[in-house]
Amino acid sequence: MATDIIIHDKKDNVGVVVIEKITPKQDCKCWIMENDSSASIQSIDEIPLGHKIAMVDLKEGDTILKYGHDIGKVVKAIKKGEHVHVHNVKTKKW
Amino acid sequence: MEIPKSFLGYKRENGRAGTRNHVIILPVDDISNACAEAVANNIKGTIALPHSYGRLQFGADLDLHFKTMIGTGSNPNVAAVIVIGIEPKWTKKIVDGIAKTGKPVEGFHIERTGDIGTVMKASKKAQEFSQWASEKQREECPMSDLWISVKCGESDTTSGLASNPTVGNLMEKLEPLGVHLCFGETSELTGAENVCAARGATKEASEKFMKTWNEYNDFILKEATNDLSESQPTAGNIAGGLTTIEEKAFGNFQKIGNLKFIDVLEPAEEPAKGAGLYFMDTSSAAAECITLQAAGGFNIHLFPTGQGNIVGNPIEPVVKLTANPLTAKSMSEHVDCDVSKILSREMNLSEAGDKLIETTLRVANGRLTCAEALGHKEFVMTKLYRSA
Repeated sequence: MATDIIIHDKKDNVGVVVIEKITPKQDCKCWIMENDSSASIQSIDEIPLGHKIAMVDLKEGDTILKYGHDIGKVVKAIKKGEHVHVHNVKTKKW
Repeated sequence: MEIPKSFLGYKRENGRAGTRNHVIILPVDDISNACAEAVANNIKGTIALPHSYGRLQFGADLDLHFKTMIGTGSNPNVAAVIVIGIEPKWTKKIVDGIAKTGKPVEGFHIERTGDIGTVMKASKKAQEFSQWASEKQREECPMSDLWISVKCGESDTTSGLASNPTVGNLMEKLEPLGVHLCFGETSELTGAENVCAARGATKEASEKFMKTWNEYNDFILKEATNDLSESQPTAGNIAGGLTTIEEKAFGNFQKIGNLKFIDVLEPAEEPAKGAGLYFMDTSSAAAECITLQAAGGFNIHLFPTGQGNIVGNPIEPVVKLTANPLTAKSMSEHVDCDVSKILSREMNLSEAGDKLIETTLRVANGRLTCAEALGHKEFVMTKLYRSA
């Protein structure tokens, strides 16, 4: 069954686009690998293959969870469906 | 899939087995490269391994130089070795180290002879070695003769989603057969260091890992002028969707599946605690890492890539896999194993692991990798600090 977005862990607040790109206002099918369940989300931004989408609203200072683990902090508020990348998330290391 | 019990390899004098049958011309130092390359040019069936170092090194850096030279010559993918250095003493030290394997090895030094005389003498011996090695036949070897190293490169989020877990799946399936396995990349476990340390099979292994990682991190904090955000993740990683070093680290870590590591190796150190998974302290730069793993005795390498790293190694075949459909399509000449169907859910992880085992065995049996066919033989010594 094809999917537009893959989410590693059910705790994750971001998913990864696995089709060439998703376009704004696209209704996307999501697959959560860990428990083999499904979800859906409407996108706000255009997001290319391999890039992340916010599955929930996130505010500055929030932690991004992927693989069920902390992968960095939100430095600019992100709405559910927006592109998550270096413009709104930074490492907690260094 | 039923996993084969054997592969066709070259049995060596010390009981190890090779997936390749190289005769190498190994320069001890930078200024002996020309001579080594001239010999390899004269004698077909030999390959020179030029590099940039080997003069005025000292302390731990010099030790690593010798360990890498001797380990490379001792690798079971190498049938015989010609060592060429400027001076007799260091040349002999490397020859003596390699000779412990029982394989044919001979050293030549250039001082008091010059390049031309040395090329002539070394070429005569190289011809003898090349013709001798050409008669070696592949024989049936147990799977436990495979020593598999792994490293990922030009990673993107498809690496962590699919190609790295495919390597992890292969590890889970091959570990019970007594295969030696090795992962490295100290810097690229940053963010996942505690989770990785918890995978030590013993308390000692976990503590040794944390000590190694902490030493690396202290070095980074000391040398960094600003932060590492410009180098880690790389521009390629960021283009592929990776945002932070932590995200990259958790993706990287998928390569070991659910295994535990039994020991932590120094750079280029040969494992000594039997079959199983080892962590080696290495740089995360692809060619440096593979060169160290090959020097540690690993005879076949698995390299998952996202955006399309193209690295190869002169003695250890490098099998590339990718789950990125754009890379599989636009750089197909570099991809030995395409697992991009995982992303469209047309292939599951276990099927991908089986496909990778099949590819790995074909390469172990002699099929040239993409990197070999394209002439990639990046041999890059790790240098710890500047020379005296």
